[in-house]
Amino acid sequence: MTVPLSWYLVLSAILFVTGVAGVLTRRNAIVVFMCIELMLNAVNLTLVAFSSFLGDGTGQVFVIFVMAVAAAEAAVGLAIVIALFRNKQTVDLDSINILKW
Amino acid sequence: MVDPLAMAHEVIGIAVALPLVGFLVNGLLGRWVRRESASGVLGSAAVGGAFLIALALFVELLGQPAGERVHVVQLYQWIGAGALRVNVAFQVDQLSVLMMLIVTGVGFLIHVYSMGYMHGDPGYRRFFAYLNLFIFAMLILVLADNFLLLFLGWEGVGLCSYLLIGFWYDRKFEKGTTADAAKKAFIMNRIGDFGFLTGMFLIFATFGSLDFQTVFARASGLGAGTPVIFWITLALFLGATGKSAQIPLFVWLPDAMAGPTPVSALIHAATMVTAGLYMVARCSVLFALAPMTLSIVAAVGAATALVAASIGLVQNDIKKVLAYSTVSQLGYMFLAMGVGAFGAGMFHVTMHAFFKALLFLGSGAVIHAMHDEQDIRKMGGLGPELPLTSKTFLLGTCAIAGIPPLSGFFSKDEILWKTFSGGHTLLWLAGLAGAAMTALYMFRLYTLTFSGAKRWEAGKHPHEAPRTMTAPLVVLAVLSAIGGFVWLPENILWGNAMERWLEPVFERARAVMPLPGDGGGTAEAVLMALSVTVAGTGIWLGRRWYLSRPDVPEALSRRFAWAYRLLLNKYYVDEAYDAAFVRPLVGGSEKLLWRGIDAGVIDWCIDNGARLIGWVSGALRMVQTGIARSYVLVFMIGVVVILGWMLAR
Repeated sequence: MTVPLSWYLVLSAILFVTGVAGVLTRRNAIVVFMCIELMLNAVNLTLVAFSSFLGDGTGQVFVIFVMAVAAAEAAVGLAIVIALFRNKQTVDLDSINILKW
Repeated sequence: MVDPLAMAHEVIGIAVALPLVGFLVNGLLGRWVRRESASGVLGSAAVGGAFLIALALFVELLGQPAGERVHVVQLYQWIGAGALRVNVAFQVDQLSVLMMLIVTGVGFLIHVYSMGYMHGDPGYRRFFAYLNLFIFAMLILVLADNFLLLFLGWEGVGLCSYLLIGFWYDRKFEKGTTADAAKKAFIMNRIGDFGFLTGMFLIFATFGSLDFQTVFARASGLGAGTPVIFWITLALFLGATGKSAQIPLFVWLPDAMAGPTPVSALIHAATMVTAGLYMVARCSVLFALAPMTLSIVAAVGAATALVAASIGLVQNDIKKVLAYSTVSQLGYMFLAMGVGAFGAGMFHVTMHAFFKALLFLGSGAVIHAMHDEQDIRKMGGLGPELPLTSKTFLLGTCAIAGIPPLSGFFSKDEILWKTFSGGHTLLWLAGLAGAAMTALYMFRLYTLTFSGAKRWEAGKHPHEAPRTMTAPLVVLAVLSAIGGFVWLPENILWGNAMERWLEPVFERARAVMPLPGDGGGTAEAVLMALSVTVAGTGIWLGRRWYLSRPDVPEALSRRFAWAYRLLLNKYYVDEAYDAAFVRPLVGGSEKLLWRGIDAGVIDWCIDNGARLIGWVSGALRMVQTGIARSYVLVFMIGVVVILGWMLAR
C-alpha cells in the first residue's frame, strides 16, 4: 500500500504552518532561523512528493539545489546572528529595532 | 574678355570673406600679436581689399549694357524646408554695388583713422575685430538676394552696434554707463526687427518666397493699394525706423555716441543707419504699390527732420549735435523715399556718408586734441591750433548746410525739389525749415568750437592729430566737396550720372508710380535759390549770434524758456518712453509677474506641494517599526490574502 499524495501535502502544510507560527511568535533569533529552515523543508517535501507522484525527476533535482543553497544561506544567517550578538550582547529580535524611521 | 558673371562669382565671395577673416584673426589671435599696429593694418587691409573688389565690380558693371547689370551669385542653399527655399546668394547690381562702395570705402577710411584714434587703447585689437565684423555684416546686408539673408546682416550690424557702443563698457555715460546706451540701441533695434520679421512673414505668406526677384516680380502683378501690401510695407518701414533712427525709434542714435568716435562715424552716420534706407530702396516696388505707406514714410521723414534739427539747435555736446543732425538728415532721406524719389534718397545717403563721416571724424580729432572734452562751451578758438581739422570740418559743415557747389547742396536740393514737384507743399515747407535749422546749428557748432575766444583751461595744449587721422579727413573732405557732381542736371557735362546708374533698380517701382515731370526749369531754379537763401540766413545767424552777439541767443533762451527747456531735454521723449513703456513694464513685471504670479502662484504650489508630501510621508513612515517580526506578519497576511483571492476566483 502506498501513501497517498494528500498525506504528504498535509504533513508538509503542518510543517510549514509550524514554521510560520515559530517565526511570528518566537523572539530568539536562532529559533526564528530554525523555523525558517522548517518552512523551507516543508516546501522541499512538497516538491519531492509531487515529483514522485508525477514520475518526473525535475522536482527532486530542484530540491538538491534548494538544500545546497539553504546550506550556504544557513552559514550566512548564523554568521549574521553571531555578529549581531557580538554587537548587542543579545539575540532577542524585539530589542534589535534600529532599522526604523 | 572674362565672363562678367564668372568674375562676380569669384570675387564677391572674397569681398565678403575678407572682413570676416580680419575679424577672426584679430578676434581670436590678436592677443598674441605684440605690435598693435599689426592688428590695425590687418583690419584696414581687409576692408581696403573689399573696397578694391567693389571698385572692380563697379567698373565691370559700367562696361555692361544698363539692362544687364544684375547678377545673382548663388553660393549654396541655406535652408530648404517645404516651400521655403533660402539661398546664400548675393545680388550684384547697381544699388548693391553703390552700397558696397560706400560701406567699404568710407569704412576703410574710418579704419585708417581708428589706427590713430584708438592708439594705446587696451582694447585696440578687440576694436578692430568688431569693426571688421561690422563691415562683414553690412556687406551681407547690402548684397543679400533675399529677405532672410538681408535680415542676417541686419541683425549682425545691430549686434556690432551693441558691441561698439558699449566698447568702453565701464565708462560713465550720462545717467548710467555706456553699457546702458548699448542696451538701449539694441532694444530699440529689436523693436524695429519685430516689424521687419512681421513684414517678412507676410511676404512669405503672400508671395510664397523670400527671394527679391521672385517677390518683386509677383508683387508687380498685384494692384496698387492692396491691403496686404500696405501691411507688409508698414511692417518693413517699422523695421527701417528702428535701424535708421526715425520717429518713433530714433532715441537710440544720440545715445550711440557713447562709443568711440570712429564708431559714431562708421555705424551711426555713414553706414548702419543707411540700412533702413537701403531696404526701402531695395523694396521700392512694394512701397510704390502702397501709396498710403509712402505718405506715412514721407510724413515721418519730414517730422523727424524737423524734430531732430530743432533739438540739435541747443545741444552742447559736440557729438550730440552731430548725432541729431544725422537723425535729421536721415529724415530727409526718408522724405525722399516717401515722395517716391528713391534715387534722390540714395544720392543723399551717399553724400551724407561722406560729409557726416568727415564731421564725426573731425569731432573725434577735436575730442582727441582736447583730451576727451566734448562740451563745446569749453572749446572755442581751436581754428589756429587745429588748422587741418578746422578746415575740413568747415567744409563738411558747409556741405551739410547746403552751400553750392558742395555735395549736400545737390542732394538736399534734389530732395526738396522732388517733394515740391510731387505736390507735397507742406512737407516741402517742413524740409525747408529743417534746412534753415541745419545751417544754423551746424554753424553754431563750428563757431563755438573753432572760432571766437578760447574757453578752455590754460593747462591744455591742443595739437593736431597724427597723420593716420588727418589723411582720412582730407580724403573725405575732397569727396564731400566734389561728390555732388554725379547728380548734375541733364545736358550739363555728363549729366545726371548717378540717377541714370540707379534707374534700372527702380524700374518696377516707376512702372507702378511714375514720378511727376522732371526738370521744372524756372521753378526748380527759383526753389534752388530759395533754399540757398534759407541756408545762407541760417549760416549768417549762426555766425553772428555765436561770434559777435552771444547775447541774442541768451535772450531768446530766456524769453522762450519753456521752449528752450523742451529742446534741451529733447522733447522729453526719453522720459515719455520711460513713463509709458519702461516703468509700467518694470513695475508690472515686479508686482504682477514676480510677486504675483511667480511668488504667489507658482512658488506657492511648489512649496505647499512639497509640504504636503512631507506631511504624508511623515505619517506613512510610522509603518516602519524596526521590529522584523511585524514585517513578517504583514508579509504573511499578504501571502494569505493573495493566495486566498487566487483560490476563490
